[in-house]
Amino acid sequence: MNKKEYKKLVDKYTPKEDKLKNALISFIVGGLIGLIGEFFIEILIKCYSFEREIASIWLCLTLILFGSLSTALSFFDDWVSKIKMGLILPTTGFSHSITSAALDYKKDGVISLGSNFFKLAGSVILYGIISAFFLSLLGVIIYG
Amino acid sequence: MASIKYSNCYINDYYTIAGPMEKNGQIKTYDETLDDYYFGEKTFENAEIKMQKSSIKNILIRNRLEKSNIDLAVGGDLFDQIAITSKAFENTEIPFLGTYSACATFVENLLIACNMLSTRYIKKTLVVTSSHNLTAEKQFRYPIEYGAVKYKANTFTATGAACALVSNDISKIKVESSTIGKIINMGIKDVNNMGAVMAPAAANTIITHLKETKRTIDYYDVVLTGDLGEVGVKILKEYLEVNHNIKMKNHMDAGENIYNKEQDINSGASGPISLPLVLFNKVLKNKKYKKILLVATGSLHTPTLINQKNSIGAIAHAVSLEVI
Repeated sequence: MNKKEYKKLVDKYTPKEDKLKNALISFIVGGLIGLIGEFFIEILIKCYSFEREIASIWLCLTLILFGSLSTALSFFDDWVSKIKMGLILPTTGFSHSITSAALDYKKDGVISLGSNFFKLAGSVILYGIISAFFLSLLGVIIYG
Repeated sequence: MASIKYSNCYINDYYTIAGPMEKNGQIKTYDETLDDYYFGEKTFENAEIKMQKSSIKNILIRNRLEKSNIDLAVGGDLFDQIAITSKAFENTEIPFLGTYSACATFVENLLIACNMLSTRYIKKTLVVTSSHNLTAEKQFRYPIEYGAVKYKANTFTATGAACALVSNDISKIKVESSTIGKIINMGIKDVNNMGAVMAPAAANTIITHLKETKRTIDYYDVVLTGDLGEVGVKILKEYLEVNHNIKMKNHMDAGENIYNKEQDINSGASGPISLPLVLFNKVLKNKKYKKILLVATGSLHTPTLINQKNSIGAIAHAVSLEVI
C-alpha cells in the first residue's frame, strides 16, 4: 500500500466533522452574544446616559472580564468545545487565550509567565496590527 | 531478525495508579486512584513525579525489597527530556536507563529489561512509565484551560503511572519473546489523528513478529494494542486485511477500554500509561487470556516539526506474554 492509497483508507475511517451544524451553532451563539451586547449598550445609554462610544468600551471590558473569569473558573473551555467558535470570536476569545496561557505558566516564575503570556494571543496582536496598518493605508489611498 | 526469545524473564508484580477521569471509567481495580490532577502537589508535573514515586515505593514494600535489591530500572514518560521519570529516580541509588518512544514507552522498557535479564548479570528490574493529561496537553497541544476545538479522531492522554517488577524469579506471567519495531511514516501530517499515524507501525510490527516467530495471528488469545483509539483500530484491521490477508479477531485496544462512552472522550485514551493500565487491570485479570501479544504504538512527533510541516513517523514494539 503506498502513501496515496493509505490516505484514502484513513479518510474512509476518519469521522467527518459536522461543519454545517457547527457553523450554525456558532452563528446563533455568536449572534446571541452580539444581541446581549447591544442590549447592554442601550441600557448604558438610556439609563446611565453614557455616550455610545464609551458604552461600547464598557461592553468590551465586561466581555473580557467574563471570558477571563470563566476561564479561571475552568468552565469556559468546556463551553467552547460544545458551542465552538461562536463563543471565541466576540473579544472573549482573546481574554480566554491570555488567561489560559497565564494559568499554565503561573508556577513557572515571573519571566516564564511573561514570555508565555501571549503564547496564543501573540499572533492575534501581531497580525491584527499588520492588517490594521494595511487596511488604513488602503483607506487613505481610496478616500484620501 | 528483530525478534528475541526469552527463557528467564517473568513479571512478578505490578502497581498501577490512575487519574480522576480514569477512576470513573470502565476499570475499577486500580491499586491507587487520584481524586484530582494535583495529587496533593503544587504543580501537575510534581503530581506526575509523585505518581511514579508512589508506584515504585509500593512495589518495593509489597515485595519486601530494598532499593539495593534492584539491579536496573527502565523508565520513560511524555515530558520534555523525560524529566519526570528522571526526577522520580533521583537519589534512589537504583541504576537507571531512561527511554522515549512516546506511547510505546512501556513495552520498549519491558523489552529492554528482559534483554538485560537474559544476560543474567541483572536479576531484578523495575519497568516504569507514566503520563499525565495536563502535563502532556500543555506540552503537545494548547494551554490546559484553552478551549481548542476537539475533533472526533482526537485521543485523550490518560493520567496514571505503572511500575512492574520484572525478574528472573519464576511467576505466573512469563515474558516469552519480543520484537523491536521500525519507524514507519505513511505521510500523515494530521496531529489530530494519531490512530492513522500509528496503525501502519502496529501492522508492520505484528507482521514481523508473526513471520519471525513462525506463528499465525490466531496463536494469540488476545492482541492488545496501545492507544490506536476507535479510528486507528478500524484502519489497522483493514490495513492488515488488504495488505497481508490477516483477519484480527482477538483484538483489544487499550485506548478503547479506559473511558466510558458517557465521558465524551472522542476516539479513546492515549499516552504510554494506557497499555499497562488495561493490561494489568483487565487483560491479566481475565483467565481466558493465556497467550497475549502486546503491541504498543508511539507517534514520534514534536510540535516544532509539526509546525514545520513534517509528516509524522510512528513506532510499535511487540512483547509476547504467556500466563502459566
